[in-house]
Amino acid sequence: MIGINHYLVLSAILFAISVMGIFLNRKNIIVVLMSIELMLLAVNFNFITFSSFLHNLAGQVFVFFTLTVAAAESAIGLAVLIILFRNLRSINVQDMDSLHG
Amino acid sequence: MMDMTTMNMNLITAIPEIFMAVMIVFMLLLDAFIDESKKSVNTILTILTLIGGYILQLIVFVPTQISMAFNGMFVLDGLAEGMKLFVYVFSIVVVLYIRQYINDKKFMKGEFYAIFLFAILGMQVMISANNLLILYIGLELFSLALIGLVALNRDSIRSTEAAMKYFILSALASGILLYGISFIFGATNELQLDAVFRSIYAANGQNSGMLVFGLVFIVAGLVFKLGLVPFHMWVPDVYEGASLPATTLIGTVSEIAGVVFIIRFLVGGLVLLSKEWAVMLSVVAFLSVFLGNIVAISQTNIKRLLGYSAIAHMGFIAFGLMTVSVNGISAVLFYVVSYVITALAGFGVLLALSEGGFECEKIEDLSGLSKSHPIYAGIMLLVMFSLAGIPPLVGFYAKFTILSALIEAGYIKSAVFAVIMALIGAFYYLRVVKVMYFDEKDIELRAANTGVISRGVLVVNGGLLLLIGIMPGNLMRFCSYLLTS
Repeated sequence: MIGINHYLVLSAILFAISVMGIFLNRKNIIVVLMSIELMLLAVNFNFITFSSFLHNLAGQVFVFFTLTVAAAESAIGLAVLIILFRNLRSINVQDMDSLHG
Repeated sequence: MMDMTTMNMNLITAIPEIFMAVMIVFMLLLDAFIDESKKSVNTILTILTLIGGYILQLIVFVPTQISMAFNGMFVLDGLAEGMKLFVYVFSIVVVLYIRQYINDKKFMKGEFYAIFLFAILGMQVMISANNLLILYIGLELFSLALIGLVALNRDSIRSTEAAMKYFILSALASGILLYGISFIFGATNELQLDAVFRSIYAANGQNSGMLVFGLVFIVAGLVFKLGLVPFHMWVPDVYEGASLPATTLIGTVSEIAGVVFIIRFLVGGLVLLSKEWAVMLSVVAFLSVFLGNIVAISQTNIKRLLGYSAIAHMGFIAFGLMTVSVNGISAVLFYVVSYVITALAGFGVLLALSEGGFECEKIEDLSGLSKSHPIYAGIMLLVMFSLAGIPPLVGFYAKFTILSALIEAGYIKSAVFAVIMALIGAFYYLRVVKVMYFDEKDIELRAANTGVISRGVLVVNGGLLLLIGIMPGNLMRFCSYLLTS
């Protein structure tokens, strides 16, 4: 029997993978954007799990909002990525080093 | 769950926000149809929108009564009202300061001011949030808009890089916050703040580990937005990389929203769990005050220096929050307001000295300022003394109230540590003063022609640092009134 803990552990694993993806990634900013999406989806999974087990629709409503905001967020992320590429001619994480002090 | 018959929209409470949203859409539309020479109408419209929001905010508030909108998801109590009025006033001041710089640099005015207003709208929504969903929406509206403002300086490598870093880290922060919210939802089966608090009280200390787990993530997410150590990585980079107008908004007004929500969420409702979150906040406060002050010593860029100083000041605020007493929290409100006033004057001087696309950002750019522009130098002197906490300026009294609340609550060691760190901080603030007053310079800084109103506001702003410092009673009483009403 699959219980609530299985779902929570799965979403925790997804969340951990995405955080690792952001911090350990040394190559490409696109991968970082993908990790951010994965993180939000892990959270959505968590909300739906709770919503289903607690019989409370509010969790699923929250997921709709998260999805919408995630779409706006990735639009902004890609827009920033494009102007960054135009200035830097690279989307390598290591090339982002003009700010330090 | 509420059914449709008991649905209570009560839109009147949210009229100022609705007005702002309508005006922003109108401005964006208008901007598409007017030609380049008439774009300055955007500046006027922005100021009018903010003034209109301020007046509506005054009208909709009923003293000593908590009004709710959207089924209680949106709350207007004394705390929200007072802080929103401050946000409106401070944003008007920001617009007056940045106006000339934006003209000189030929930023896209329509877009800049629309995104600017979106950020303010997000802060207002966040200040009024009484539901975790509204908190998330407000927070995203405000941080996505700030990313847009940073990225708007699109030909600069440093600005775009700062925008990218800000984007990644703030997306990470909202992910962490959301993960925490999902666990709070799982543990209490509620998203409405008062219902969450009620269900925690009902459990009476027998709280599940899930709740504390969720709390950790929510605190981490909020701490990220305030820029406290260990989640401070974005602060110096964004302060340095962003153009001065964007830095001014990020470094002043935007601090208020996060602090208000922390007060509403942690201090207002989760007092039962204060053992758990006060420990987290104290660790964060210790690290922030330490790192902010130590690293700031070696900075040569004044924007970056103000970034590290912001980390240190937010650390002081976290010290105040962890006392969980009425005195401590009203001291926190006083600290936030006075810090924002001080930082505004500082950024105002930097903006006024950035003439014709030149950006005044190196500390050595300020050398000889006392000879070429004695008034600006005088205001900067007041700002630096106030940030360092030297009496009789407002920064001294703000630090004093936080420290006395800390000692009252029995955190003697924290108070001693904070004083020592503030003393170290005085070094780099005074260095700026030394550069301004005692260093010579061959090339004179030219001040931008910012107009009479902006210059007048800047002088008044500088004078306020002294005035509130000498007579802090009124603002202090106002802050504690906000908490009790």
